[in-house]
Amino acid sequence: MKYLIIGNSAAAVGAVEAIRRNDKGNPITIISDEPHHVYSRPLISYLLAGHTKEDKMYYRDENFYKENNVETVFNKRVTGVDTKKKQVILEDKKKIDYDKLLIATGGTPFVPPIKGKDRKNVYTFTKWSDAEEIIKISKKVQKVVVIGAGMIGLKAIEGLNAIGIDVTVVELAPEVLSRALDKDASRIVQRKMEEAGVEVITNNEVVEITGKGNVATGVVLRDKKKIKCDLVIVAIGVIPNTGFIKESGIKINRGIVVDERMETNIKGVYAAGDVVEALNMLTNEKMPIPIWPLAYRQGSIAGDNMSGGTLVYKGGFPMNSIEFPGAPTISLGIIDPRGEGYESLIKNDAKNGNYKRIIIKNERLVGAILVGDDVDRAGILTGLIKEQKPVTAFKDKLLDRNFGFVHMPREHRREKLEKAI
Amino acid sequence: MKIVYPKEEACMACRLCEVACITEHSKSKDTLKAYKKENPTPLSRTLVEEIFPGLSVSVMCRHCSDAPCIEACFTSAMHRKPDGRVIVNEPKCVGCWMCIMACPFGVIKRNQYIGEGQGARGKGQEIKIKLSSKCDLCPDRSIPACVEACPNKALAHEER
Repeated sequence: MKYLIIGNSAAAVGAVEAIRRNDKGNPITIISDEPHHVYSRPLISYLLAGHTKEDKMYYRDENFYKENNVETVFNKRVTGVDTKKKQVILEDKKKIDYDKLLIATGGTPFVPPIKGKDRKNVYTFTKWSDAEEIIKISKKVQKVVVIGAGMIGLKAIEGLNAIGIDVTVVELAPEVLSRALDKDASRIVQRKMEEAGVEVITNNEVVEITGKGNVATGVVLRDKKKIKCDLVIVAIGVIPNTGFIKESGIKINRGIVVDERMETNIKGVYAAGDVVEALNMLTNEKMPIPIWPLAYRQGSIAGDNMSGGTLVYKGGFPMNSIEFPGAPTISLGIIDPRGEGYESLIKNDAKNGNYKRIIIKNERLVGAILVGDDVDRAGILTGLIKEQKPVTAFKDKLLDRNFGFVHMPREHRREKLEKAI
Repeated sequence: MKIVYPKEEACMACRLCEVACITEHSKSKDTLKAYKKENPTPLSRTLVEEIFPGLSVSVMCRHCSDAPCIEACFTSAMHRKPDGRVIVNEPKCVGCWMCIMACPFGVIKRNQYIGEGQGARGKGQEIKIKLSSKCDLCPDRSIPACVEACPNKALAHEER
């Protein structure tokens, strides 16, 4: 039995750890197009900001591969998968055999066809090398234009802002973080960004990256406004990294299609993490939810099934914790309720940077948006969303900052606090 | 594994568990110094929830066998010790609050203070440090400080 994993992040580690619970001996190979020991991509903004160091970037310690009997093939891009011959083809035409394959290639930055996007100081911001290159030239950089004020854009801005680089961000939507927050919550974050000296332009877009020769020196917006800069970061979002399996027969919809065991339509080929579309348990639709905790969980379920286990994926829902300094935010589940049957409870204390919104459907908690000190104890709400039990008995307490187990029925508390979990 | 279980019928919201926890997690191990002098001010890793009068319960980490906080942590600061305890490796933590988002018990705290940075920028400088703090079951003690401090046996250190 040969296990092969394409990708080297959360889902891959989840898979390795699950496989080794079931199968101590058979070899595992990990292929990565990066040169690094398994590291944490979300840490690149902290590295840029100087808030963490290179030696703290790693997600597992240096013995991880050795202890788990994993062979690594680094710095090699996979160009194809032959599911008939059970082989993965590398860019140097080398082939690697497998019996069980996991595709855990994550997301790849989406760069729209903006004129001038290929100039050399136009970056994306998802990999260690992106941060490294930006850090290398950062001393000479005074002004950056960031395209996109979503999660990735915000993290890049935070990093640049921390090292004193002037930033303008251009966002197509009317608000920052529009996919994670609602309008009132976004405004609190935008105000903090502006107080930190970031210029925020919304309802607009970059139509051209201008420059001298190969070097970008500015951007032109839809309304003809021109902004000079030394660097452009495109941070519009990520899409599942599936280019290399286009001709493999593996079914792709919005992401790779998998069943509840994380197996694709091809037997023996599994997929997990940001590259798949998996079940959103709140909407019952399959969609990519590119977040770390679900990637690890899906990888773990794939690994278990690859090695004889029977675990199933019960679904997840979007959740994010992101902080622009002074404005921590946590968003959970459905945050833009559309259609019938939703009820929102809102406490807006924008003046003090605090906001809490609770979204209920059929007596169940289905979403929440928290800004400021209301992020404390957010996980209790996550738990209630996961459990989908009625919250009507304590609905009037859900907006309280000190909402907790004392507000829940005695039986629920006994279940949670007095038994082993 | 032995963890701390609350018994709400015996809890009278005296919060001595919080005091004991703060003292145990201070540098000086002296209650008054811990409260008045130390930077960072140590945080209690247990929280007494209360509806006055009559209902209170001290809530702290359950050291879940399938811990959502570990899964959510992208730095691997949140990890499980071989003895089963779920622990924060503080130097690795960057204060992203993913664990706070994930913990269904709401027992992980935002620990924020001004201190010396450890990255490229903050080295030797005073910057805002952010990290997650939670119950570590008092590794230097045979019985956790909160359990020992409770005057009414409302906390039990046992295996269930």
